[in-house]
Amino acid sequence: MTAPKETRLILEHVDQPGYTTDIDCYLRHGGYEQLRKALTMQRADIINEVKTSGLRGRGGAGFGCGLKWSFIPPTNTKPVYLICNADESEPGTFKDRQIIHKDPHQLIEGMIIACYANNAHLAYIYIRGEFPLGAKILNRALDEARAHNFLGKNILGSGFDCEIYVHRGAGAYICGEETGLIESLEGKRPYPRIKPPYFPAVFGLYMSPTIVNNVETLCNVKHIIRMGGAEYAKLGKPNNTGTRILCVSGDVNKPGYYEFEVGSLTLGQLIHDVCGGIRNGNRLKAVIPGGSSAKVLRAGEKYKIKEKQSDGTLADKEITLEDIPMDFDTLAAVGSMAGSGGVIVMDHTRDMVEVLANINEFYAHESCGQCTPCREGSLWMKKITHRLTHGQGVANDPAVLKSVADNIAGRTICAFGEACAWPTQSFLAKFPEEFEQAAKMASAVNGSPKVDHSKAHDSAVALA
Amino acid sequence: MSAAAPITLSKKEIEIPADFIAEVDAIIARYPVSKRSASLMLLHAWQDRFGYITQQAVEWVAAKLELQPVNIYELVTFYPMFRLEKFGRTHIRVCRTLSCALAGSYELHKKFCEKTNAQGDPHGPMHSPDGEYTIEFVECLAACGSAPVCMVGDQLFESVKTDEQICNCLKHGA
Ligand SMILES: Cc1cc2nc3c(=O)[nH]c(=O)nc-3n(C[C@H](O)[C@H](O)[C@H](O)COP(=O)(O)O)c2cc1C
Ligand code: SF4
Ligand code: FES
Repeated sequence: MTAPKETRLILEHVDQPGYTTDIDCYLRHGGYEQLRKALTMQRADIINEVKTSGLRGRGGAGFGCGLKWSFIPPTNTKPVYLICNADESEPGTFKDRQIIHKDPHQLIEGMIIACYANNAHLAYIYIRGEFPLGAKILNRALDEARAHNFLGKNILGSGFDCEIYVHRGAGAYICGEETGLIESLEGKRPYPRIKPPYFPAVFGLYMSPTIVNNVETLCNVKHIIRMGGAEYAKLGKPNNTGTRILCVSGDVNKPGYYEFEVGSLTLGQLIHDVCGGIRNGNRLKAVIPGGSSAKVLRAGEKYKIKEKQSDGTLADKEITLEDIPMDFDTLAAVGSMAGSGGVIVMDHTRDMVEVLANINEFYAHESCGQCTPCREGSLWMKKITHRLTHGQGVANDPAVLKSVADNIAGRTICAFGEACAWPTQSFLAKFPEEFEQAAKMASAVNGSPKVDHSKAHDSAVALA
Repeated sequence: MSAAAPITLSKKEIEIPADFIAEVDAIIARYPVSKRSASLMLLHAWQDRFGYITQQAVEWVAAKLELQPVNIYELVTFYPMFRLEKFGRTHIRVCRTLSCALAGSYELHKKFCEKTNAQGDPHGPMHSPDGEYTIEFVECLAACGSAPVCMVGDQLFESVKTDEQICNCLKHGA
C-alpha cells in the first residue's frame, strides 16, 4: 500500500516558489482574512469552534486546545496573557523553525485570533536563543502587522487592542516546559513550577491566567476559523483530528518535514514510501517516534491494539512497527508517544548503547537541577552509559541504570523527569542483550581503560 | 547548565554609548508589567554589542532594571548562551545531539578544531590561538532533517559533510 498524499495545511506555502515572508505576499494569499472574520465572532463561539475541531496541542503533550482555553476561571478579573512556545528544542523536532522562517504571518494571525478569543491584550513569542534570524523575521513581520493595524489599538476598528512581542531564550531546553518558560519570561532562572497550584491558565505569567501554546497549534487556529471546527474535525481521525507535521531524521534516504492528516499513514509508509527507505539499503532497527523523550520502538516487535469494527465494537488486533498509524492514541497504545512529531530512525548498524549514551548526555546537560532524582539521576545515567561505551563498565551496570531511571519518573516537579527516564527505561527493555554485552565487554577490560578520558574527542560517541 | 564556563567575571570597563541606552530602553518598553522580564533580552543586547558579559554588564543591567546584581548573575551562570569570556571573531556551534551525531557531527567538530587549531576541553568552548575562531558543541539546533548542522555566527549551515563545506563555514565568518 503506497502512502497517502501529503495534506499541507500549515506548510501550504512553506517552500512554495515565489512565496516570501513579507506581509504583501501574505495578503495576496488571503492573509488576515480569518482575523477579520474572527473579530466579528463572539469570543465564546471561537472557543467552541476550537473545541469542536478537536485540535490537540502540537508541542508534546497533545492536550486539547479548546479545553485548555476554557480553563481560565470565568470569574477572572486579572489580565490574561498568551504565550507562543517557540522554544523548539526537543531533539528530532524541526517544524516550528520552518513556520517561523518561511511563513511568520500565519503564526501571527493565529496568535491574534487566539488573543481575541481569550481576551488577552498582551502576548509574547518565546523563541529559543539559537534562532536569531527567526527572531528578526518575526520582529519585522510584527512591525508590518502593526503598520496594517492588525496589531495595536482598536484592531481594524473592532475596539480590540493587542500587542505581541518577541522574547529570546538563551540556550536552555527546560525553557520549553511551560512553567519554566514563564519563569524565564519573568526574568528568572527557568525553574519549572509545581502543578498544582501553578497551572498556567490560573497562575501563569505574573500570577495571571496565561495560555501557552506551541507554534504549530496556534497556526491551526487560523484554519479552524476558516473551515469551521466541524469541517476541520473531518481531517484525521476522531480524537486525533487535523494535520500533523512529522519531522523525520536519522538513517532514511529522504529526511525532512512532511504534513499529513493525523493517523492517515503508518510508520512503515512514512519511512519506506515518504522518506525513501533506509539509507544504504540497510535494515530498520529502531524508531523514536515523537522526539528523543519518546520511548523507542524496535523493529520486529508486535503490539496489541484495539480496533473499531464496522459494528462499532472494539476488537483486539496485532500489528507490527510498520503498521502503526501515526496518531496520538495509537502511539500511546503501543507504549510510546506522538510527542513533538520528531521521528528518529536508526538502522541495523547502530549500537543502541551508544545511541542512549548520546541521549543521556543531552538530558544530563539540560536538567535544571531543582529536583534531586532528576539532577543526580540524569547525571548518573549519563556516566553509566558513557562508561559502558568506553570499556569501563561493570557487570551490574544495566541493573543500576534501570533502578536509577525507575526512581526518577513520577518523583519530580516537571515532566522532564519522565522525559529523561523514558529513553533509558525503553532502551534497556527493548535491547537488553546489547546492554548485557556492553557490560560484559566492559568488565573484561575493567581496570585497563581503552581510552584516555581527558580527550573527549577520542572518547566521544563515534556513532557514524 | 553550561559545563566548562568560567564563573569569575571580567573586570573590563567600557563607556556605554548613547545609542545602546536607547536600544535598551526600547526593549524595556516591551515589558510593561515587569521590567525584570527584560533581563535576558538586555543580556543578549549587551553580548551582541560588546562580545561577552562582564562584571560591569551584570551591574549595569541590574541597575537599569532596578534589581540586585545577583538577580542577573544567576542568569548568566545558568543560561548556556551567555559567555563570560572573549570568543573568537568567528563563533561556530556544532550540534552534538542524536540525529547530528548519527550523521557525523563529532567528526565535524573534530575537523573544525583541527583546521583552526582550537584548543581546550571539547565540553566547553574551544578557542584558536590566533583569536579568530571559537568552536563549541551545542545541543539540538532544530534542523535535524539536514544533519549534521552547525551555526556560524547567526547563520545555520546544513548537511555539512565535505571539506569544501567545512572551509565555506570557516570563511563565512571572515
Ligand atoms: C522538558 C519539556 C520540554 C518541552 N519543550 C517544548 C518545546 O520546546 N516546545 C513546545 O511547544 N512545547 C514544549 N513542551 C511542552 C510544553 O510544556 C507545553 O505543554 C506546550 O507548549 C503546550 O502547547 P500545546 O498545548 O500547543 O502543545 C515541553 C515540555 C517539557 C516537559
Ligand atoms: S524534573 Fe528535572 S528539569 Fe524538571 S524541575 Fe525537576 S530538576 Fe528541573
Ligand atoms: S540533532 Fe542536530 S539539529 Fe537536531
